[in-house]
Amino acid sequence: MTLLRRLVVRREAGILVMIVLFCLVVGLIKPQFLTLNSLRIILLLVPLILIGAMGQMLVLVARHVDLSIGSMLGFSAMLTGMMFKFYPEIWWPLGFALAIGTGTVLGFINGILVTLFRLPAIIVTLGTLNLYRGLTYIVSDAKQIDRQFVPSALKAMSQTSPILGIPWIIFISLGIAALTYWFVMHTQVGRQIFALGSNPATAPLRGINVTGVTLLVFSLSGALSGLAGILYASRWGFVNPSNTGSGFEFQVIAAVVIGGVSINGGSGSVLGTVLGVLLLGCVSAALPLLGIPGTTQNAIYGAVILIALLIDRAVRQQGINILSGRATA
Amino acid sequence: MTIPAVQPVISAQGIAKSFAAVEVLRDVDLDLMPGEIHALLGENGAGKSTFAKILAGVHRPTRGSLSLNGVPVEVSNPIVAQKLGITLIHQEPISFPDLSVAENLVMGRHEGGWLSRVPWARMTADARAMMDLLGVRIDVTRPMRGLSIADQQMVEIARALASDSRVIIMDEPTAPLTPKETETLFAIARRLRDEGRTIIFISHRLEEVRALCDRVTVFRDGNKVITDTIANLSDADIIRHMIGRPLKEYMHKQGTKIGEVALKVEGLTLPGVFADISLEVRRGEIVGLGGLVGAGRTDVARALFGVAPASFGVVSVGGRTVSITEPSQAIDLGLAFVPEDRAVAGIFRSLSVEQNISAAVPGKISTFGVIRSGVEKALTKASVARLSIRLASLRQPIGELSGGNQQKAILARWLLTDPQVLILDEPTRGIDIGVKAEFYDMIGALAVSGCAILLISSELPELLALCDRVLVMSEGRLTANLSRGDATQETIMQAAVPRSGVAA
Amino acid sequence: MTPMADPGSVSAREAAPARPRWQVLLFRPETMTFVLLVAGLFGASALSPYFLDAGYILDSFALSAEFAMVALVLTMVIISGEIDLSPASNMALSACLFAYAQQAGVPMPVAIAIGIASGLVMGLINGLMVIALQLPSIIVTIGTLTLYRGIAQVIAGDKSIRVPEWFIGINKQMVLGMPATVFMFIVLSVILGLVLGTTIFGRQIYLIGTNEVAARHAGIRTRRIKMILFLAMGLASSVAGLLTASRLGSVRYDLGLGGELQMVLMAMLGGTYIFGGRGSILGTFLAAWLLVVVATGMTVANLLPAVQLTVLGLLLIVSIIATNAIYSRTQR
Repeated sequence: MTLLRRLVVRREAGILVMIVLFCLVVGLIKPQFLTLNSLRIILLLVPLILIGAMGQMLVLVARHVDLSIGSMLGFSAMLTGMMFKFYPEIWWPLGFALAIGTGTVLGFINGILVTLFRLPAIIVTLGTLNLYRGLTYIVSDAKQIDRQFVPSALKAMSQTSPILGIPWIIFISLGIAALTYWFVMHTQVGRQIFALGSNPATAPLRGINVTGVTLLVFSLSGALSGLAGILYASRWGFVNPSNTGSGFEFQVIAAVVIGGVSINGGSGSVLGTVLGVLLLGCVSAALPLLGIPGTTQNAIYGAVILIALLIDRAVRQQGINILSGRATA
Repeated sequence: MTIPAVQPVISAQGIAKSFAAVEVLRDVDLDLMPGEIHALLGENGAGKSTFAKILAGVHRPTRGSLSLNGVPVEVSNPIVAQKLGITLIHQEPISFPDLSVAENLVMGRHEGGWLSRVPWARMTADARAMMDLLGVRIDVTRPMRGLSIADQQMVEIARALASDSRVIIMDEPTAPLTPKETETLFAIARRLRDEGRTIIFISHRLEEVRALCDRVTVFRDGNKVITDTIANLSDADIIRHMIGRPLKEYMHKQGTKIGEVALKVEGLTLPGVFADISLEVRRGEIVGLGGLVGAGRTDVARALFGVAPASFGVVSVGGRTVSITEPSQAIDLGLAFVPEDRAVAGIFRSLSVEQNISAAVPGKISTFGVIRSGVEKALTKASVARLSIRLASLRQPIGELSGGNQQKAILARWLLTDPQVLILDEPTRGIDIGVKAEFYDMIGALAVSGCAILLISSELPELLALCDRVLVMSEGRLTANLSRGDATQETIMQAAVPRSGVAA
Repeated sequence: MTPMADPGSVSAREAAPARPRWQVLLFRPETMTFVLLVAGLFGASALSPYFLDAGYILDSFALSAEFAMVALVLTMVIISGEIDLSPASNMALSACLFAYAQQAGVPMPVAIAIGIASGLVMGLINGLMVIALQLPSIIVTIGTLTLYRGIAQVIAGDKSIRVPEWFIGINKQMVLGMPATVFMFIVLSVILGLVLGTTIFGRQIYLIGTNEVAARHAGIRTRRIKMILFLAMGLASSVAGLLTASRLGSVRYDLGLGGELQMVLMAMLGGTYIFGGRGSILGTFLAAWLLVVVATGMTVANLLPAVQLTVLGLLLIVSIIATNAIYSRTQR
């Protein structure tokens, strides 16, 4: 019960404790886990997931879900890669504009389908997950964008560092997290996302533009997937029509739900999500060290989603019990 | 107290409202003055809540006009009402449970663009100031979820003040409150009145109305009956105005033989909902269960039928002690339950009338689990004829039928189960007068045929006309067991109105 | 407080005549599916004379027959107001467990039993989380979708596990001139069509999906029926997994990957209403053939396999929108 209570009070503290405990235990078994080098590995694992998680967090808080982020990532990365391939002399930072713009459009389409036709987001995005992936094959003619086409300046963002040997890509993702924090905590519309997810029936009665907010969260999710797309090209140096971004949605959803974002909407924090991503990163980095094959990762993501669901329910149940206990008293 | 000749805050002229074809409010004129606490009284369904909701923009009137400080206004939705300074506080406040108290106060009222900053510091400080002003201790940084209902009401009141509402409507605010919380609420209401605001107070509790309000308006059957200062009216006057419908329309069933006990309940308790309910219903007897909405009558029925089982108590059906935890068990024992909320718990809107009627009798329309459509059709056709349900086709979706005919179809469903005990929860709610009379005949005929009937109703004439005995519930307990001779509108109301444990 | 007359219902409505029978029939989603199927066949045979050969279509269908069988059960689950997105992963895990067991020397009948039992257990887990814990099935099965395939990956690694020679090739066995799995699909369609259309059990599935609260009030064992459906889903998935293993001759963790899309699509294209209460086995049956014709047509037309993915995704969205439109029209 005390653990539950702490989760109610401060979910973030719980995740932090879990990260520390996990690292200590792994460190005891394999001391090399607690070195700068493995920290670097962890930090390089997480930027894409972190960026995707920020978008997914917004969508979940608004009481929807976006399964298509991996395909949006793939499509945006592919378009950008093709731009680099066919217009090699182009000013490379334009790639960011293209990737983010593409992602925004794809996300906006999801939003339109959800709001205009009143369809459940999960089915819509299951459809667009496949639709966007198929489009990626079509535009690319199923061909990979190889290393030589990706501008070296872009690839360098994942290797060179402005400070402390930490690559640019990590600063970008942390910057996005900070920006998201500012957005959800300090802007009117950011708070409206929480209000909408907290009580969709009341929201319009309080003058909240439900359609606008819903379109916004899906567009943002798309935009962030697009950004993750070009960073994928930077990180791995290639874009593949089938691999790039595939399965991304499950990693991201797992990270977000560990981070305490409620599937039932209305609650979640940027800090919790960042910690959730970190915990997932630590686990991924520890697996090969512990001699556990990488093939277990998907099982872990699945188990994590279900466990987070159960915790979420237990927390909610406790809240209900507290309320009803007070009512009968 | 005399009303000074000032301009009314709100002036309602000829307000009327119909739902479907049923008129629930008829040509109400009412002036509300600044600096008064004005009570709206009436039986359930008398129209007082509808009137309040029209003021707050939840409903739009079918006819009539409103003016605010002498200027005609169109209150088309709750947001407009809020902007005009009219706030409705619900009994169980609706809010954003995950957001903090301070945020709930201001959500949706910001000026400026989407990306304009949230002034956390000022917002919190304002919220604290507001709570201090109200004299309540609520941590404004904590989320709404987990706040007691009384505190949530306080937040709602604070929200009304934050938007500088001149008119605050409280719809039965005291029902879920403890006496102490009620006292706090009253003190605040008085202070707001003294500031010149108008409070509209809807309540069933006469002694509360007397303690708090300056003027009273009584509604009955959608009409405004009287508006007067509270000092000019005695409790008896008020009750007399609230009731007093002609009774002659309905005929009591002719002398039925009342047989052995069909349903017996002892000490039925569901903590926090109802306690120590004991009753019995005999074959051929119609027992009424009266009381105000929220008194726990529906919960007792749901417990008996196994929808939401009670925690303690003994139930026997036909002399045998039984335990019912699922509606299917109740049906096997010969119980039937026509629930109050037809749309939620009764009909299958998009399915055919035929399927709706046969839903509870799978055994009768099938052999070895396979439906025999000929049998089903014959059975439902007979039911339709028996209850004279008006429809175009048995295959029509039931959602296309009128409310009265939907209700008849639900009754038909249960009659097919050959019930020994029939529980009816507000069976005539939202039904035209003509169909109502048909229902009364049917209920009488069922009793004559030996069925034991427990009739839950908020309509006193209905109880008086139909029932052999009337039980009354108030705040989760049985407060009266009246024989047909003793039952009058006055005695039922006396038992139904909560007295906060003082006057009772 | 106010009389709760439904604002939407007009009291004069019962006097309105019922729609003529032809209209009722015409504005059914199954009609739309059927028309599309006929149009698809015409279009495809214009594309290639292969399509005039029934044997060719039947052979193509054998490639999707396992999914189609599960889609039939899924149709019933969706009609009851729930959904299951995990069956393709269930197929993979049951098949992996089966293949792993027989490779480890367990006798074949026992290995098959293990595969099928594991499918039932997976259905049970979904059911328990949805029914006992009252979690939304859509999220639960997204979780188990990842989990089941993840476990399959743990068991099988990246290798493929061979199955015995005699077990291979059930789709090459002919029954009444069609591949055995296609025959099984047709038989299952008839059985489930009868169950859903003519039995009390089927009737109660519609009642639950239309209004679960009212169904419970009418004495229907809603939880029991939903549990049976989730178990049936697990059973069908594991059998489909074994049949796929037989068709492919070996088992990998990615068996049936992405199959949930095709299954949901078959149900949606067949006019199953995503919010429950409406749909039919006939619709899903027709939609399965439609999908095969479309997919094969695209292959024959030399379209990239990837384009098919696009078309499937697009079809899913269009079919939900169309089905919703049809139902909101007939609902009035």
